[in-house]
Amino acid sequence: MEVAYYPGCTLKTHAKEFEKAAMEAYKAIGIELKELDKWYCCGTVYSLAKDNIMYKVASIRNILNAQKEGFDYLVVLCSMCYNTLKQAQEFIKDESNLARIKAFMDEEEYKGIEVLHGLELLKDKMEEIKKTVKKPLGKKYAAYYGCTLLRPKSIAIDSYEKPAIMENLIEALGGIAVEWPLKNECCGSYNIITNREAVVERVYHIIENARRNGAEAIVTSCPLCYFNLKECQKDVKKHYPGFEEMPLYYYTELMNEAFDGKFDKGENNKES
Amino acid sequence: MSYYHIEKEENELLARVEEISGEIVTLCEQCGICTTSCPMAEEMDFTPAAIMHAVKIGDRAVLDSKAIWICASCFTCTVRCPRGIDLAKVTEALRQIHLRKNKDYINLEEVKEEELEEDLPPIAVVSALRKFTG
Repeated sequence: MEVAYYPGCTLKTHAKEFEKAAMEAYKAIGIELKELDKWYCCGTVYSLAKDNIMYKVASIRNILNAQKEGFDYLVVLCSMCYNTLKQAQEFIKDESNLARIKAFMDEEEYKGIEVLHGLELLKDKMEEIKKTVKKPLGKKYAAYYGCTLLRPKSIAIDSYEKPAIMENLIEALGGIAVEWPLKNECCGSYNIITNREAVVERVYHIIENARRNGAEAIVTSCPLCYFNLKECQKDVKKHYPGFEEMPLYYYTELMNEAFDGKFDKGENNKES
Repeated sequence: MSYYHIEKEENELLARVEEISGEIVTLCEQCGICTTSCPMAEEMDFTPAAIMHAVKIGDRAVLDSKAIWICASCFTCTVRCPRGIDLAKVTEALRQIHLRKNKDYINLEEVKEEELEEDLPPIAVVSALRKFTG
């Protein structure tokens, strides 16, 4: 099965390992991620102002590009891009919104594209995933969803309060998914630019909560959560002596590790 | 002075916030579920419930609060509000009131070089610029 794939800026720069692992892992279960010939930055955050149409145009152009290239689905791996594109898709489901957008664009007629997150593609593939596993993970993992996969409700890839999709994946890969309350709490997001100390506090609470519930590592699909949780651990150490660093993985890295057993666990979590 | 003596017609702040957000702020009954759900509330000078109250009574001090810039638009308050108010849109409207007057919250020229050297992911920089500049 071939599906249209939207990478976004960060999967081409900061989170290359997320994309590289995804290409191999999805291929192993028969899904080819075909990168769109043409794509632009989605804008990263969806504008919440009722009258701000311009911030939505880039996202909608990306959706239309998928349509132009003959696809019905557009798969996104980055959680933030997913949220922005999916909210844009929801916005143009409304005829009057679509008409307002058209005033700014010359693109072809919109027929309807479904934006999906990469994890959603795996929902019905758990049996296949289990069969593909060569080296079961064994360890205990905390699935960290953050905000953008689950909220607002209209775009949630799973139950917005009690998601289980990543836990099911971890178990299918032979790992143990721990249950923990902060799995859908915000890491502080773009406060990393303006209010780093607040993010450091969030990261401390999130990681300690995962640890108290038995986790040995954290799994995510958001490159900003990944960055905040990984980078801020150094600051956490300064504030909380005795704090021990916890490794982070993109879910696609875990898939690869379980599928071929060759993935180098240390590579992404080297102490710098 | 009773807060509720300010008539809606005289409350310019409320009118502007409702116009930009599309939300009906007066539906808020101050139950406080937003504040207890908010992961950033401890960092704020106005808690989410206090923001709602300030807008409702036209207290413009909320425009000078730190809180409206600390909100990370995580939508936890939005999904839990029993009155169905999208609070993330309300704080966005408060930020927009500044940004639409060309008053940016961050100045790129002031960003220190060592911060950029840290290799911030593009989504961090772009989202901050979208939220903090007009």
